[in-house]
Amino acid sequence: MSGSARLAPEVQYATLEQQGDTAQLGMWVFLVNETIFFGALIFAYFLYRMTYPHEFAAAARDTVLWCGSLNFVLLLTSSLTMVLAINAAAQDENPRRMMIWLVVTVALGSAFLVVKGYEYYLDYQDKVVPVVHFESKPGEGSAGELFWMFYWVGTGLHAVHLTVGIALVLYMLLWRIRRGEIGPTYYAPLEVVGIYWSFVDTVWLFLFPSIYLLGRS
Amino acid sequence: MSTTTFGRVPAVEPGAATEPSYLTSENTIVSWLFTRDHKRIALLFFVSITFFFFVGGGAATLMRMNLATPEGLLQPALYNRMFTMHGIIMVWFFLIPSIPTTFGNFFIPMMIGARDLAFPRVNLLSWYVFNLSGFVVLYALIMGGADTGWTFYTPLSTVYANGYVFAAAMAVFINGFSSIMTALNFVVTIHRLRAPGMTWMRLPLFVWAIYAVSVVMLTATPVLAMDTFLLAVERFIGIGLFDPRHGGDPLLWQHMFWFYSHPAVYIMILPAMGVASEIIPCYARRPVFGYAGMTIALMSIAILSFFVWAHHMFVAGISIYSGIVFSLATFFVAVPSAIKVFNWTVSLHKGRITFDAPMLYALGFVLLFTMGGVTGLMLATLAVDVDVHGTYFVIAHFHYIMVGATVSAFFGALHYWWPKMTGRLYPEMWARFAAILTYVGFNLTFFPQFVLGYLGMPRRSYTYPAEWQSWNLLSSAGASILAVAYLLPLFYLGWSVFWGRKAGANPWGATGLEWLTPSPPPKHNFERTPAVRLGPYSYDPESDSFVTQEGTRHVR
Repeated sequence: MSGSARLAPEVQYATLEQQGDTAQLGMWVFLVNETIFFGALIFAYFLYRMTYPHEFAAAARDTVLWCGSLNFVLLLTSSLTMVLAINAAAQDENPRRMMIWLVVTVALGSAFLVVKGYEYYLDYQDKVVPVVHFESKPGEGSAGELFWMFYWVGTGLHAVHLTVGIALVLYMLLWRIRRGEIGPTYYAPLEVVGIYWSFVDTVWLFLFPSIYLLGRS
Repeated sequence: MSTTTFGRVPAVEPGAATEPSYLTSENTIVSWLFTRDHKRIALLFFVSITFFFFVGGGAATLMRMNLATPEGLLQPALYNRMFTMHGIIMVWFFLIPSIPTTFGNFFIPMMIGARDLAFPRVNLLSWYVFNLSGFVVLYALIMGGADTGWTFYTPLSTVYANGYVFAAAMAVFINGFSSIMTALNFVVTIHRLRAPGMTWMRLPLFVWAIYAVSVVMLTATPVLAMDTFLLAVERFIGIGLFDPRHGGDPLLWQHMFWFYSHPAVYIMILPAMGVASEIIPCYARRPVFGYAGMTIALMSIAILSFFVWAHHMFVAGISIYSGIVFSLATFFVAVPSAIKVFNWTVSLHKGRITFDAPMLYALGFVLLFTMGGVTGLMLATLAVDVDVHGTYFVIAHFHYIMVGATVSAFFGALHYWWPKMTGRLYPEMWARFAAILTYVGFNLTFFPQFVLGYLGMPRRSYTYPAEWQSWNLLSSAGASILAVAYLLPLFYLGWSVFWGRKAGANPWGATGLEWLTPSPPPKHNFERTPAVRLGPYSYDPESDSFVTQEGTRHVR
């Protein structure tokens, strides 16, 4: 492969460095937008939580704590391995170390989805799927169903975002890295994916305590 | 050979044979549908939004025909669907994308001296996503439309409405992604791709306006996305967060909706302000008055737009105290808006004014914006709003801003930049005629609605008492004039593409970088990277000369 031609910046950029910086800025600006998207949901959640504190606390006690906590650990660790992969990309000409860390990242992200899927299965058993399969528990009142709406919308949207993240890492692994486009001279695409990955992780950092922990004791 | 892909290397020496223009460089359908050239994507958007402009206009035509007589013409249910679809299509499929996706796309890179936007593929994707949402909204329209009003108020939209609310809401949801992608591209491009010497305070005001509007789009649209998503979920499965039967709060929908949709009003007007700030100095041949004040005003409007949303909800059941706060905040928006109107006006003082079509449209913009703004202050007053809320007074007010001002500016921009985009001059007398006709037709359509609103005619009503017919008839007659004024450019501009006189690089003697390259521009905009030495608008009315942003002086 002709690495030098591939590493030319696109026509609108003067240098590769400018192209890389711009790509990162683009991702940060996109994440501002994503933050407000999830922010609107979390804001609405706390609005209702303040309106119906007891009902929401009662409903929240039915969430599967060990699944949420395990996922918390898995996802935080995956952010670490993502950063290690970017570090390796910046240092090594040989992509081996970077690829190993990326495979670990994908594995951790996929493990999160598997645990989440199992948790959804447990939730279904527990009859907490609004409309589809729902039974009001004592102390919840009708607002309990609202809690579960938030639960499904919030964790569902998060899972969609994580799936996109896994797809992006796979795209890096199976396409960009295989074509020799990511290395010490230019690894901005991987860094952009890493920023996104950390954002998805951060969303869980907010969803996990708000949904699973609050008012549990 | 592949070295041409490297950034800003001059492809051709100045004066040497020029490259083919962006229109003629490749001619296949594929080269258009998969283009990454911001100029071609701008034209693709132009085709899409023009189509939706006439679809939304068709709905408006039916409404005005219906309201010409108190008995009406349409079934009440059909009338409800017409005004809903008119609102949805005009707001999301014409007004919000209008100036940014066409003239912004085309001219932001050229005005800052860049060869393309930062993310050309994202730009193209934005057009496809826009069209996808367009198909969904057309599906909703053809299957029978929705009848909730463009505001989708719950629980009407979630429980009681019979139409295709789900499809319409999804169209709005998908459309938001297109807005976000375009806005993201502009923000990043303006930050990173300015030519050497193009400092922030040398940016043309149109670039500032697009920057301001992109910031608003990026921060407001995700709230609407979440809001419509929750609405769609609730509509789909039957219970949800806005459902009072489960303790949900229908007002939350309104809060979140207006948290987007009030800034959306500024999404529609800010680019128009940028257009006026380009046209007025060029046709008054003098620098825009108070450049720094103009930039501050643009950014202040963008920021203040996020603190006024509940003035749409004064009678919806919010507390009187929050009403007072939001009323006050709304008055603050008047300050930067007035600064802009004063500055445009003073920019005319001692100028060498020519009343060409773009200038007529721009002056029409300023006058109609002022009318819309002043009546906006009346509506911001709590006591007055309680009286005229939900009447034609509100309809007239926001049409003065969104149709009078923004669409005038859109046509002004279209004429001003037409030679650059197509390489042809438009027929000036026809264009002046259309500009004046727009102004007359618009006022005849919407001024009577202020009167009707003050008399108490409610909006969204298919019928009215017979004594209001003369005002309604005036309005309908004006609408027919307005329709002619909007259709005319389609013909003479279309004619000029084939038979118009060829335009030079700088037919208006303007100072911006976009006028340095041939008309129409080559594929990568500039044959060499411009070096910027001056701010925009270095016009001198005394000697009738101007200095381009590169620092070369021309006497006309």
